[in-house]
Amino acid sequence: MAVVARRISLYPAGIDPKEIAEKIKERFPEEVVEVTEFRDQISVIVKRGKILHICRYLHDDPYMLMDHLQDLSAVDWRGKKDPRFEVIYNLYSIRFRHKIRLKAQVPEDNPRISSVVPIWAGANWHERECFDMFGITFTGHPDLRRILLPEDWEGHPLRKDYPVEGPGPEKEWHGFVEVLSKAKELKPFEWEE
Amino acid sequence: MLIDTSTISLIQVEKDTKILPPNVIITTFDKLINWGRLSSIWPTTFGLACCAIEMMAVGAAHYDFDRFGIIFRGSPRQADCMIVAGTVTKKMAPVVRRVYDQIPEPRYVVAMGSCACTGGVFRTYNTVQGCDCFLPVDVYVPGCPPRPEALLEGMMKLQEKMRKEKTRWSPWR
Repeated sequence: MAVVARRISLYPAGIDPKEIAEKIKERFPEEVVEVTEFRDQISVIVKRGKILHICRYLHDDPYMLMDHLQDLSAVDWRGKKDPRFEVIYNLYSIRFRHKIRLKAQVPEDNPRISSVVPIWAGANWHERECFDMFGITFTGHPDLRRILLPEDWEGHPLRKDYPVEGPGPEKEWHGFVEVLSKAKELKPFEWEE
Repeated sequence: MLIDTSTISLIQVEKDTKILPPNVIITTFDKLINWGRLSSIWPTTFGLACCAIEMMAVGAAHYDFDRFGIIFRGSPRQADCMIVAGTVTKKMAPVVRRVYDQIPEPRYVVAMGSCACTGGVFRTYNTVQGCDCFLPVDVYVPGCPPRPEALLEGMMKLQEKMRKEKTRWSPWR
């Protein structure tokens, strides 16, 4: 029984997400735009300016200890919301087992936001993917390069104004054009019946 | 030793193949070489997506590629066939082409799955719409992914094709 009691004291119950949202609101009243709830999931929509401070607070506060960044992604709300982009942070506390979702607004004309790599090293590749797909620049990122597409690719495909089938044969990625021309060049040497 | 065929008769067992009992077989180079070639197709181990899992299943004990003499090779230089198993992305296309270029002649390409044949559901900016735009494909195996039986049939179709080839062993065409 003693062991059980000790485990309970080591792993205290987490805080309700609504309370976490309230705490963020108390601490950063200027930054929080809105707190939304969808299917019992609480999201805190914040301005992008102090995202690093908010994340640092959630990470370091002894009652939050959001030591795990579950995911970092973005959404393009082109024509539906203003500002256009939202960078989404799903935070989780391994110790307290509570979670919260942060959404930081990023405008179209200056798509920049602070990198959270200094807090969670795992954000490195997530932010690179976000940059690759949406063209959002993460300032302070140690190595902001494309991660999935070729490094000399033009455009950011998950933006809603990027054509799904690609920009067309004239603007094809040059690496693929080279393969096609090489195949054409070597065709006469293939065996034919 | 010279054999005087005027006194003994050659038995024709099929077109272009005659037997001199008890153990001399006379046939054409085409037949002999094609037979050897189609009985030991060695594909390179090259998987791109989920089709590769199905390809591995065909290679494993239950469906057993080995009974056709099909053995996966770790290097394209030791292989004579490439099974393009999965979605070919534009970023991957130069690599696929390079693997193909490293295979010595005679070489064959099997496009496995809808993606390799046509691009499949991925009519998108990053997917090659059919690997036949930069590879000479011999057999198309449709399906998403194809059943192991389908891939087996595809390889048998390739064997049929190889059986019909003429003078591919020779530098004079």
